[in-house]
Amino acid sequence: MDEKPFETPYPGYDVLAKWDGPSWNDATRRVVADRLENVPPRRFLGEAEYRLLRSVIETILPQPERSEAARIPVEAFVDAMLWNNEGSGTRYADAPPPREAWRRGLAAIAAEAERRHGRSFETLTAEERHALLAAIDAGETDPAAWEGLHPRRFFRHVLLKEAVKIYYAHPLAWNEIGFGGPAAPRGYVRLGPDMRDPWEAEEVRPPQALEGAP
Amino acid sequence: MSAVVSDAETRPRAAEGRAPDVFRPGGWVPMRRYSENEPVDFAIVGTGCGGSVLAARLAEAGHSVVAFDAGAFYRPLEDFASDEREQEKLYWLDERISGGADPLEFGSNNSGKAVGGTTVHFQMVALRWRPEWFKARSLLGYGHDWPVDWREMWHYYDLAEDAMKIAGPVRYPWGPPRGRYPYREHELSASALVLARGCEALGTAWAPTPTASLSAPRGLAHPCVYRGFCKIGCATNAKQSMLVTFVPRALAAGAEIRDLAMVGRIETGRDGRVTGVRYHRSGAWRLQKARAVIVAGYSIETPRLLLHSACPAHPDGLANSSGLVGTNLMVHSNHAVWGVMEEEIRWYKGPPSLAVCERWNYDDDKDFDGGYAFMSQGPLPTDFATALVSNEGVFGHRLRRWMGHYNHMAGLKIVGETQARDENRVELSEETDALGLPVPKVTFGYCDNDRRLFTHAQRFMRAVLDAAGGRDLYETADTAHLMGGCRMGVDPASSVVNADGRSWDIDNLFVCDGSLFPTGGGVNPSLTIVANSLRIAERIKALARRGEIG
Ligand SMILES: Cc1cc2nc3c(=O)[nH]c(=O)nc-3n(C[C@H](O)[C@H](O)[C@H](O)COP(=O)(O)OP(=O)(O)OC[C@H]3O[C@@H](n4cnc5c(N)ncnc54)[C@H](O)[C@@H]3O)c2cc1C
Ligand code: SF4
Repeated sequence: MDEKPFETPYPGYDVLAKWDGPSWNDATRRVVADRLENVPPRRFLGEAEYRLLRSVIETILPQPERSEAARIPVEAFVDAMLWNNEGSGTRYADAPPPREAWRRGLAAIAAEAERRHGRSFETLTAEERHALLAAIDAGETDPAAWEGLHPRRFFRHVLLKEAVKIYYAHPLAWNEIGFGGPAAPRGYVRLGPDMRDPWEAEEVRPPQALEGAP
Repeated sequence: MSAVVSDAETRPRAAEGRAPDVFRPGGWVPMRRYSENEPVDFAIVGTGCGGSVLAARLAEAGHSVVAFDAGAFYRPLEDFASDEREQEKLYWLDERISGGADPLEFGSNNSGKAVGGTTVHFQMVALRWRPEWFKARSLLGYGHDWPVDWREMWHYYDLAEDAMKIAGPVRYPWGPPRGRYPYREHELSASALVLARGCEALGTAWAPTPTASLSAPRGLAHPCVYRGFCKIGCATNAKQSMLVTFVPRALAAGAEIRDLAMVGRIETGRDGRVTGVRYHRSGAWRLQKARAVIVAGYSIETPRLLLHSACPAHPDGLANSSGLVGTNLMVHSNHAVWGVMEEEIRWYKGPPSLAVCERWNYDDDKDFDGGYAFMSQGPLPTDFATALVSNEGVFGHRLRRWMGHYNHMAGLKIVGETQARDENRVELSEETDALGLPVPKVTFGYCDNDRRLFTHAQRFMRAVLDAAGGRDLYETADTAHLMGGCRMGVDPASSVVNADGRSWDIDNLFVCDGSLFPTGGGVNPSLTIVANSLRIAERIKALARRGEIG
């Protein structure tokens, strides 16, 4: 497992600083304000399921540098998506509908933790949690726990996908990757390599080295 | 989600004699109204590249036209946020059951739901076909011939490019000579220059991509400001979607458009001819009478509607005596290679695919039938992250570190032709949706030729990206676009409609959208759909003039 925490190449960059400027239109302001101010309460998942989900999210997208109040609350938006029963347009023929898939998938993660460690997922160390999810992705699972759900497909296409869709739609995430953020009506002028408009993020240090392809 | 922006998704806007003015915040344009009980000349289902073009051209010829769309009628200037999650409102998110060996993903990948259709969130690549593809079976030995000559299509491509003011290069390196593009090409972005550099290093031609985004003002629409949100809706109207081109034209010519109006059934008389459409709007089922019906709901909804409209005279669904409705569904394989560049690319700026290489559409020295184009890429953050995690399974600190390279990433992605096959198809499932309509079930699988194509493409793109200086290369797999499902042809036994889009079985029923494609081609489909619709409009007008429709 890979411990090195993330460090942004763009410290000091804040897309919200452009809030009142020409890069943000009203529609965008309304949407982002809603996302920041109205973090949805837990309504769909049970308390225990929600605790587990949060622990899984912290393993998938650890945010050690942020306080509780400053954290991107990915789990809250997952719960809201399930509560609203939002569809994605696709239901794989051999997979249950989204609500059922999430319930079964979370239960299976809990069961895998009990099976391997005799403890609940939330009480495992960060390393153990990471290793457990990696094992699920690799298909080293107990078929009985998954009740017909495909472990890798659930992990990648349901869990990871939804988590990053929520995380990277948050202004804090836009900041950390140096994304220009909302850009209407004003877009950009300088398009070439190593060119930057004054209202774009400045790279203060190079992104952290990668050890080969993902 | 979208309720914080407007009520466009919950309350019809095109009503009471007016429709949204897409060029003015809060603005309206007058709209003609037709009675439901008096048959109109044409009821059109869908307002995408098929429906809006026909609505405009037929209304301009003096016909009474009502066009229905299940989606909302947006004013981009005030309804579109610069936000990926919010803009999911543009996708067709109603459930579809996806099966087969390589099940498809719908929603953002291929299906829009809005007045203007999928073009409201398309990426604006506007390429012509290689002429031989229109006779792929006779000339190249695969697929099915189109019942149309390429020279005729070439004429309609001219008209389509002019209608959408395509911005393109002075000289395009592939295919027969063409006139100048209506608008000059866009400045190349850093991500486009990566493709250019890689291709030049390998001695392969490349070109600035002909793009349906304004490079100069047009009426009330400003030129592109390079904000890069094209795939989730252009909030400045630079993008020449159907919503800001043919839809306003249709309204100005006297067509009526009904938004948030889902057509659930095409009605037929005792003689088996169509008499109108039954549609759901504002909480109630309603009936619009029509002398002819044109179905333009795209490759899944068009077959779904035809199959679900079965009646005693047509027990297997309308236009389906051949049994082919819903079959031969095609997609484009959308495989990609990604890498990290030394320089800052910041690929979120500008239309995402400003450079293209069509070499393998025109070079036949390869181990597969069909072809592919590949283009430079510029995905927004969640789009990029979802491809990364679903293909590579990265998570934890490593995921955040990977995403930290966002501004240094470059990518190349194909639009790869897949073969038309009977077993890749749309059917009706046993389940029903909230309106009581059968949920469609789609079966899809690649064949060996499809796999040889994308294996070839990934090898070649890897070499290009490597030559351009990309490091830590990795690959992703996906699909895009839909084509086929109601193919046109010359023979009632082997096609659903004829070259005019007219059903072989019912003379006042037409299909006109991407589902007509007998063969898919190795370029993005919408310019060809628009050109084909302009052609079919002339055919239908001629039939009507001769009194041959009814
Ligand atoms: C993300 C993305 C990017 C793309 N990029 C490009 C590109 O760069 N270049 C390119 O050429 N193509 C691109 N495409 C593809 C292109 O947009 C489509 O091929 C094209 O729009 C299809 O046109 P159509 O008229 O057949 O269908 P659509 O445009 O999908 O129109 C069908 C309309 O019918 C409505 N409808 C369906 N059923 C009913 C019903 N029963 N009742 C009422 N209304 C109904 C739908 O709401 C929809 O508005 C892209 C597609 C996507 C998803
Ligand atoms: S880059 Fe141009 S076309 Fe794309 S969304 Fe921005 S203004 Fe519209």
